[in-house]
Amino acid sequence: MTANNTSNISFTVNGEKFNNVNVPSRQHLADYLRSQGLTGTHLGCEQGACGACTIEMDGKAVRSCLVLASQANGSDLKTVEGFDDQMMEQVKESFLKHNAFQCGFCSPGMLMTTKEILLSKKKLTRDEIRSEISGNYCRCTGYQSIVDAIEECINEIN
Amino acid sequence: MDDLKVNQNPKLGSIDRPNSYIGRSVPRQNAKKHLDGGGQFVDDLTLPRMVHVAFLRSPFAHAEIKSIDVKNAKQSDGVIDVFTAKEIDEVCKPWVGVLGHLGEMRSPEQSPLAKNIARWQGEPVAVVIANSRAQAEDALELIEVDWLEKDAQVDMETALDPNAVIIHPELGNNLFWTRTVNQGDVDKAFKEADAVVETTLDFARHTGVTLESRGIVADWNKAENKMTIYHNGQAPHMMQHIIAKHLDLNEGLVRIISRDVGGSFGIKVHVYPDEMAVTAISKKLGRPVKFIADRLESFTTDIHARCHKISGKLGVDKNGKILAMEIDDLSGIGPFSMYPRTSAIETNQVLNLSGAPYVIPNYKAVGTVVFQNKTPMCQYRAVGHPIAVAITEALIDKAAYKIGMDLDKIRKMNFIPDNSYPNKSPSGVPLEDLSHQASMDKLLEIMDIKEIETKKKDDYEKGILSGYGVISMCEVTNPSPLFYGVGGAHISSQDGASIRLEGSGAIHLSSSITEQGQGTEAIMKQIAADQLGVKLESVRVTLGDTDATPYGGGTWASRGAGIGGEAVLKAARKLKDNILNIAAAIMQTDKDSLDIEDNNVIRKNGGEGISLQKLAETVYYRGHEIPKGTNPELLATASFLIEGIPFVFTNSAMGCQVSIDQDTGIIKINKFWAVEDCGTQINPKLVEEQIRGGVIQGIGGALFEECVYDDQGNMQNATMADYLVPMAYEMPDIIVDHVTTNSGRSIIGAKGAGEAGTGGAPAVIMNAINNALKQVGAEVISQPITPEKVLKALGKI
Repeated sequence: MTANNTSNISFTVNGEKFNNVNVPSRQHLADYLRSQGLTGTHLGCEQGACGACTIEMDGKAVRSCLVLASQANGSDLKTVEGFDDQMMEQVKESFLKHNAFQCGFCSPGMLMTTKEILLSKKKLTRDEIRSEISGNYCRCTGYQSIVDAIEECINEIN
Repeated sequence: MDDLKVNQNPKLGSIDRPNSYIGRSVPRQNAKKHLDGGGQFVDDLTLPRMVHVAFLRSPFAHAEIKSIDVKNAKQSDGVIDVFTAKEIDEVCKPWVGVLGHLGEMRSPEQSPLAKNIARWQGEPVAVVIANSRAQAEDALELIEVDWLEKDAQVDMETALDPNAVIIHPELGNNLFWTRTVNQGDVDKAFKEADAVVETTLDFARHTGVTLESRGIVADWNKAENKMTIYHNGQAPHMMQHIIAKHLDLNEGLVRIISRDVGGSFGIKVHVYPDEMAVTAISKKLGRPVKFIADRLESFTTDIHARCHKISGKLGVDKNGKILAMEIDDLSGIGPFSMYPRTSAIETNQVLNLSGAPYVIPNYKAVGTVVFQNKTPMCQYRAVGHPIAVAITEALIDKAAYKIGMDLDKIRKMNFIPDNSYPNKSPSGVPLEDLSHQASMDKLLEIMDIKEIETKKKDDYEKGILSGYGVISMCEVTNPSPLFYGVGGAHISSQDGASIRLEGSGAIHLSSSITEQGQGTEAIMKQIAADQLGVKLESVRVTLGDTDATPYGGGTWASRGAGIGGEAVLKAARKLKDNILNIAAAIMQTDKDSLDIEDNNVIRKNGGEGISLQKLAETVYYRGHEIPKGTNPELLATASFLIEGIPFVFTNSAMGCQVSIDQDTGIIKINKFWAVEDCGTQINPKLVEEQIRGGVIQGIGGALFEECVYDDQGNMQNATMADYLVPMAYEMPDIIVDHVTTNSGRSIIGAKGAGEAGTGGAPAVIMNAINNALKQVGAEVISQPITPEKVLKALGKI
């Protein structure tokens, strides 16, 4: 695959249409989104292990560092910049109240995982919440405040 | 943790008045941007004509660089240039990571790129500059290096042997630094002791693994002779000095901007060769240059820490009184001492802090630090504390078992009494305002050891080994110039704050402290609003910009609240005094009859006041209305410095209850308690979260984290999948409580709170595990305490 090998794709991000865009075939989706100014999606490992790059692709949480930009053709994407619906605003308020983040680098991925938990409508214990977010690495909080915030959201939103 | 109801520090005024924000768990409104993806991290920055770099790094731990051919690389798509040490050294002078106040430190000069010899796997050797990071990496593969691999000195224990591989022949051997502390006469005391216990503990090299990797954008503007650096560092003014010094620039024209930082924990307060190369490249090309470390680079070039083998001996009389303690500590670092804080400080703290909570009349400690062909080592959160606390508390448990004494009793009888300060640690370090007795009592109150003991017996019947530990520790915080400055490093121990009332009535505050997520901006805002008498939302804060803040030290050694906070308090009080002088002149009354509440100057005994907004309007726009000679000043600046002692200490008591699965060796931390005395708490929730985050990092060091090397010096687990970091599922909830002893060194009385968790958790977890294993006569003496080590200790494998 030579460096100037590109793919032509169309997709939407947070409702905004990207039509007939040329993306380097080897570029992963996180790099592409960030190159378009959507810098809220973060890169922590580029190995699919830390969860900082988690976005929503056709309704499912995916690691955008493991998805090639070209694979997003025809998809509807949502990034942290697009979390402005009523439920996610409530989640953000809860994260702020419980100080469920410190440096903020893991937050986009954590919010995405929280959205998936809430949409699943499952009533989860603290241990089950910990299991659900065990794919999102945070070095600052020690996770307890994040579990507190998600627990509150589950009780209040669902 | 909700707001504190008791007035924790009368010097700060009563807490039932408007705008009493100190002691309140106020949410960090300024940080909400992170939840909208609105953070400004270094990698989010794009500047016109900005180029990217990728480093060719040594694949060998020790190798001669016979030749480097960059011809093909220069032809690769999008490549602007390829540099090696030769070109970079034309612009950047080498440095030496030594300090002058701790005895002889021997470290050779270091330059950004390796010359002739590469000395660790990951050391930068050449650098490609291209229009994109991908194109730069493509070109790396076209650089041809003729390597001649050499034997590597990988193991620290053989580094001083006669047949060791000498990493720097000009130094004669691999010794970097050594120190001995000798108080009293340990040999005599050991002879008199009724019981002497010994142990040797191993601590594995591990690293900070910040989720955001190191990053820098250097932007040299030739016309202005100005260098602007966007850096996710912790100490902007330190970097300003170093970059100016080594690139021969006018320090006043070097600007360091540190906006949002994705966690640092000490990792980002050091000078890294690749980052210095980036500044040199920008100066050569006259355009912005960006470097963001990838995860492999982070594991092999971010500083490592905690690589120690320490043997200890403790002598007690039959009542459990400690008579003597002796330790001998060996630590392995990289091939260079890191600049400018040096790689000696971790061992120095092990010597300073071992036995620190206790009265130990006879104390001897030897520290030896040796070079290795591995990643350089330096200060990481709770520097040296995990080793000092673990060896001390392990020995005390062993002594307790030997003479049949309760774990809490032997500690309580040996504590330096809370009413006996100022006092000294066994190593002679001054201590003041500590509360080991009160903190242990509070821990025992919330821990309920009887219940734990009964559970231990019940578990034992069911074949489950459970156990507990209780420990005490001192945490270094708020250092004075006696920590670095006295040794010749341009590392400021002073911090400044500048505050102004603007024409709109808004308040602007700037501080030389920086923010990495711990909540510095929030507590500065709370202190200013509290002391000035204004609503929180009327204060706006600027941090992390050497052009826009007073000069100062930045963030390290948990100094934000205690030093930066005091500077803000002093500045706010100065501004309040200025405002009341002006108001008294305008209102024709005596200043002492006035105060400020909710952004208004009020008359204490009622009557018409004046809003700060009106007052500001008068001063800025209708100065003629102000009586002559008032010379109004709506701007105040103050600074603060700890004097006379090296550090202000925080103390903490920690408890932990674990259970061990004898078939798998897996350890479960069921309960964890931390009682902390950090003096005045500005924002109790943020203090609590620092303790929780710190404990989890300590659990990482105790159970999971290790940089695994093969015998050729290659790191084997340099990915997020192989290097085990604590994830949510295995971590316990942590019960946090407090004792409050205000620091007498300042009005605000705040001591640091950022590192105790990381310093104490490894010790209390190891003690709890050994308390459990003791039931079957087993013991673990090396961290991380992996299931494999537990099964070996149980004789199962």
